[in-house]
Amino acid sequence: MRTLRFLLQKEFKQIFRNRSILVMIVVMPVVQLILLPLAANYEVKNINLCVVDRDHSSTSQKLVGKIASSGYFKLTGNRATFKEAFPLMETDEADLILEIPAGFERNLVREDEQKIFVAVNAINGTKANLGGAYLASIIRDYNHDFRVQWIQPSAFNQNPVIDVSSSNWFNPLLNYRMFMVPGILAILVTMIGGFLSALNIVKEKEIGTIEQINVTPLRKHHFILGKLIPFWVLGNVVFTIGLVVSWIFYGIVPVGNLAVLYVFVGVYLLAVLGFGLLVSTFCDTQQQAMFIMYFFMMIFILMGGLFTSIDSMPGWAQMISRFNPVSYLITVMRMVVLKGSDLHDVRMHLGMVALFAVVLNGWAVLNYKKTS
Amino acid sequence: MATPVIQTDKLTKRFGDFVATNEITFDVQPGEIFGFLGANGAGKTTAMRMLCGLSIPSAGQARVAGFDVYKQTEQIKRNIGYMSQKFSLYEDLTVLENINFFGGIYGLSNADIKTKSEALIGRLGLQGEAKKLVGSLPLGWKQKLSFSVGILHQPKIVFLDEPTGGVDPVTRRQFWNLIYEAAHEGITIFVTTHYMDEAEYCNRISIMVDGKIQALDTPQALKQKFNAASMDDVFYQLARGAKRSE
Repeated sequence: MRTLRFLLQKEFKQIFRNRSILVMIVVMPVVQLILLPLAANYEVKNINLCVVDRDHSSTSQKLVGKIASSGYFKLTGNRATFKEAFPLMETDEADLILEIPAGFERNLVREDEQKIFVAVNAINGTKANLGGAYLASIIRDYNHDFRVQWIQPSAFNQNPVIDVSSSNWFNPLLNYRMFMVPGILAILVTMIGGFLSALNIVKEKEIGTIEQINVTPLRKHHFILGKLIPFWVLGNVVFTIGLVVSWIFYGIVPVGNLAVLYVFVGVYLLAVLGFGLLVSTFCDTQQQAMFIMYFFMMIFILMGGLFTSIDSMPGWAQMISRFNPVSYLITVMRMVVLKGSDLHDVRMHLGMVALFAVVLNGWAVLNYKKTS
Repeated sequence: MATPVIQTDKLTKRFGDFVATNEITFDVQPGEIFGFLGANGAGKTTAMRMLCGLSIPSAGQARVAGFDVYKQTEQIKRNIGYMSQKFSLYEDLTVLENINFFGGIYGLSNADIKTKSEALIGRLGLQGEAKKLVGSLPLGWKQKLSFSVGILHQPKIVFLDEPTGGVDPVTRRQFWNLIYEAAHEGITIFVTTHYMDEAEYCNRISIMVDGKIQALDTPQALKQKFNAASMDDVFYQLARGAKRSE
């Protein structure tokens, strides 16, 4: 125990003397949490729409007006024919082309039926999909209004309609920030913890101080613990700063118990730091450690369910994400912050992360060799 | 005769096809200042690392402070001090903090650390620098500090790998005074050097060429044997035959 105290003293002194680390720990979570959630937004706005109105009737004008006033679309041009409109899509000036055929109004009134044509630029899949869906829903709405106006309401409705009305649980306003902020905080804790620990032991190898340590009777697990504990404390500090920032800037207060979050993050940090230390024991230079961490971080983050739901990934990817500690933290963060889950609800996640912590740290101790 | 503190028998280290240290056999007596000489790349550092328990030998036997270099590396580490070629104290800690840290790692009591660090700082004349970062000290002071920290826990043997490389003649002289003091306290000194005047200070020296020990005796006897005026001459005669160099 006494040895450990000397190790911790040394590590903390070195950390507090390294200004860049301190700046990173305080500034990084604040800036990223303020910046990223504003940009990481699934809502699609500013969809560029080109209209080919070949009817020139008041009905078609009204439809175009309704679309333009929805707020999602920007009218980038009117063209006489589809042929003239298509170059706009080719040059990426238009995401959607809406073609209203001649006789639109007449057919709609007389025949009670008219088809219109929408062309979608599918290069940006999300924008195209959502834009198409928005447009379809606006047209459906317009159609409904139109029928009410022109068709006499009959005693019995010929077209029975199932009207779906949904209510959004846990995030009633579908505020993406509520969804993104806990996830981004999870990533921040992971990045800072992982990189700091990965670069630390390898730095001692690079400057040669590890040689002086290896020639002492210091026990291996003491050495690893001496590295683990300081970064664990730092990780918790980062996490706390992040919670405060998301409360001040986004008004996000976890619905669940803060203690549950801290217990989970506490165990999770052990796993992430263990991973960093393990990488550190394998590498000889900080550059190697950096690249390896970067490689894994990319996979962990992109397959961790921050941006894309794990449930909609293919089976093999879901299997991989089971070995991804980041996915557990993101899930649990959202569960506790949005839904108010308690320790019992997250016990499976906690168990898995604890298992990672034991395996990774044990492996790091085994792989750290004082004698080559 | 007392039991030797270092005994090796055909100690060998191979890295793939390359034999860095080739069947070296020698003894070092307690309290001796043993000079371990050789050209760059002759295998000195490799041999020293094996004796310090940092590297497991490929073949042969060796005991350091009575412990086996294969199985009892951690016991060896309790009984030795080591100063590597590359300065390896923490440059971002102060002089006192470094002493504290290594004292603590070797399990000295707080009172012990306190008296020893005071004595050490007094001996080195570092009173004004005790609270300065080690990185800001000149090289000569760093080396003296490094040596003093290496013998803080009063080891049986201290291994010094080119301790005076790049150090000015005055500081080198001071450094050797520290070595004599330590030897006087009964610590065995195992030192490598490229300075032949320093070799003359040793009780006995061995000269390694291409991984093998080619000569081992007192400086006096070696000069007679090779019919040389100085140790420089002896070294030159032996090292000229070396096939490998850096």
